[in-house]
This record gives sequence, C-alpha cells and structure tokens, in this order.
Amino acid sequence: MNRGIVIEFHLDARSGVSPYQQIVRQVRRALRLGLLHEGDQLPTVKEVVERLAINPNTVLKAYKELEHAGLVSPRPGIGTFVTATLSDGSLAAHGPLRQELLRWLAKARCAGLDDESIEALLQDTFRSSAEEGVA
Amino acid sequence: MTAAIETAGLTKRYGRRVALSECTLSIPTGKVVGLVGPNGAGKTTLLHLAVGLLEPSAGSVKVLGHTPAEGPEQLGRVGFVAQNTPLYAAMSVTDHLRLGGWVNPTWDMALAEQRIQHLGLDPHQKAGTLSGGQRAQLALTLGIAKRPELLILDEPVASLDPLARREFLRALMAIAVEHGVSIVLSSHLVADLERVCDYLVVLVAPRVQVAGDIETLLAIHHRLSAPRRDGLRLPRDWEVIEKSDTERQSTLIVRHDEPIHDPAWTVEQLDLEDLVLAYMSRAAGSGAQTPTLVGAAR
Repeated sequence: MNRGIVIEFHLDARSGVSPYQQIVRQVRRALRLGLLHEGDQLPTVKEVVERLAINPNTVLKAYKELEHAGLVSPRPGIGTFVTATLSDGSLAAHGPLRQELLRWLAKARCAGLDDESIEALLQDTFRSSAEEGVA
Repeated sequence: MTAAIETAGLTKRYGRRVALSECTLSIPTGKVVGLVGPNGAGKTTLLHLAVGLLEPSAGSVKVLGHTPAEGPEQLGRVGFVAQNTPLYAAMSVTDHLRLGGWVNPTWDMALAEQRIQHLGLDPHQKAGTLSGGQRAQLALTLGIAKRPELLILDEPVASLDPLARREFLRALMAIAVEHGVSIVLSSHLVADLERVCDYLVVLVAPRVQVAGDIETLLAIHHRLSAPRRDGLRLPRDWEVIEKSDTERQSTLIVRHDEPIHDPAWTVEQLDLEDLVLAYMSRAAGSGAQTPTLVGAAR
C-alpha cells in the first residue's frame, strides 16, 4: 500500500511538556489548522517510535487520549484514523485574521518591541481578555 | 502475571566485595526497562545473574518464571547483548547469522537477513571492519533473531556516537512494537534512556535505590521550595530524598504518594534526570547524611 504520511511528530526535550502530551498537542494543532482531515490516517505506532526513538506506550497513550476526546478512532490491524475536526467553519476566517495579525506585528516591531516583549504582551492580553470574559 | 525479572534478596559477592546486595525487584513484562547507575554500580552483575552467566551468592532470581539458563528452552526465551557487542572480528556478517542458526533452535533466519538488508550491511563484510554503530546493530540482530520473549542489553549505546545511538534506539523501539518483546537495557546515562523506557531501576553499588513505572515515579516525587525557617517540621509520611539549604531558601526532593498542596511550599515537577541524580547523590553521600535528614524530618 502506497500511503503518504500525513503528519510527522517531533519532540522538544526542553519544553517541560511530556512527550505524550506533545504528540496530543501536535495532532490537535494539525486538526485546528486543517492540516489533518476526517479520514486521514495517523502514523502507525511503529512509524512514530522508529522515527523518534521513543517508548511505544508513549504513542499509545497519546492516541488513546485523542480517541477519548472523540478525535480519532482505531481500526484494529490497520491503524488510527481521524474521525472529527477541530477547525469547524472558522478555518475560512484564518486568512484575514492572520493578515491583521501580521500588520499588528509589524506595528509592534516598529514601536521597538522585541520578540520577547511581543510574546509577553500577547499572552498578557490574551489572559486578561479571558478573565474579562469570565467576569 | 509472570514477571520479566523477579528477584528476592538477590546478593552477589566477589570474594569479600559485595557487588549486589539484597536486591528485591519485580519487573513486569511488556516494558522497556532502563537500568541506570554509575559505572561499577552492579548493573552488569545484575544482568549476568538474570541470564545465568553468574550464580547468586544468596537470594533468588527468576526470569519469565524460570531459573536463568535452566535449559535450552529458557536460553531461547532470553536474548542477551553483552557489553561492547562481542562479535568475531574475522567472521563475516553472514557467518554470524549462520552461527546464530546453529546454536539457537528458535532462530528466524528470514528475520535476520531482512534486518541486515534493511540496515544496508554488506553480508560478506568482516565484523572487524564494521563501524561501531553497525556492530551494535548486528549484535541486536543476533539478539532478536532467536525470537526471545525478553531481550537484555548491557550498555548497548555507551560506545556509540550520538547519531548511531539514535539509530540504535530507533531500531530497538521498532523491535519492541513489532515483536512485543520485553526489553531491559542498562546505561550509566539516564538521558540515553529517558525517551525509550517506561520503567526504571536505579542501582548504586551495591543496592537498588528506587524502581518503578516512570510515570508513577514522576507523579510521586516532588520538588519543594520555601523560604528557610529554623525548626522546620515536615509531615512524617514525606520521605526526603534530597535537602539543600541556602541562607534564605530550603529546597527538598520529597517522595510522597499524594499530591502536595501545603501552601507553605512551592511545588514543582521533577524531571527524570533530577530524580535519578537525587537518588544517586543520596546513595553516594549515604551513611552520615541520610540518617540526619530522616531524623530532621521527624
């Protein structure tokens, strides 16, 4: 069977996030960005461990969590397949929003903010707007 | 369920020197087990006891429910890759496979040849002219082609460069998935094993310091820090593995089965390397230090 691998995982040893969580996040992110679609097959456990040199149970645990979240489902003997999407209808809005964000980033750099300040400002604003939303 | 390796009071003495003392372990099957300890910690001794190359001085060891090397069947169940991948320098890759076929009744020649091909090794090349990484891969092939239930590897990556090390561990993990084999491998570096293992045994001569499922170990060890106070009293059920004080701050590594919510302490997660180092330094500085700490905790 000639099957292209749709996504490849990578691990950041210094992130402080456990390897299995990193795999879960990478799948969720790919679903959100529309890189993975319903019906796509995730890499097999053997493919992942052979690429990353990680414990097979790490991959199984990640896939099980994604299964519990209703995002993928295993077909015994074949592999694990995407059964849902996280992007919904919002994907169309990504382009324009990204354009606006790029313009905003250019403005921030113009104003003298470095990457670290930009990230801090973004996170801080994100957090306070989330708090306002709750209040 | 039968344990992969089960020991009770296992002890090995060489003359008057105790290499392994009172080792009691129960390692489940289906795991990739990392055996970690500094050089001279007794790792090789423990592994040689498990494969039957050594006899215990006291205590017992069972491997997959049987006495090590008790007969041909048991020899077939356990694959062993010794330290420094001993191969016959003048023999070719193919010769090694043939030899494996002669001495192992369960030998899977198709599997062996397929792996050699997959690795891109020249079957006619003499083992003595292979690179370190290729020699390790050949030794691994010999270990797995007898189709064991348990594969034991003594410091398999110690002498390999980082790339060959990664290649070797990738192959080993693929084998774990494909053959469902239990794996025990030793290393003096926890960083080598962190990603591939799900069970850890820390050995510092001559005793096992800690052993268990890595996820569980990480969940029950906590790094606590707080402003330093005199006359500090800690709960009785906290086992202090490491304690260090500066003029202003106390930092502890504590073993406690439950999450710690004491607001007096800032609680942080440990990573595996810190956990192993804490046990190693406790063992290295034991005697004088450990009892004082335990005393202080009461």
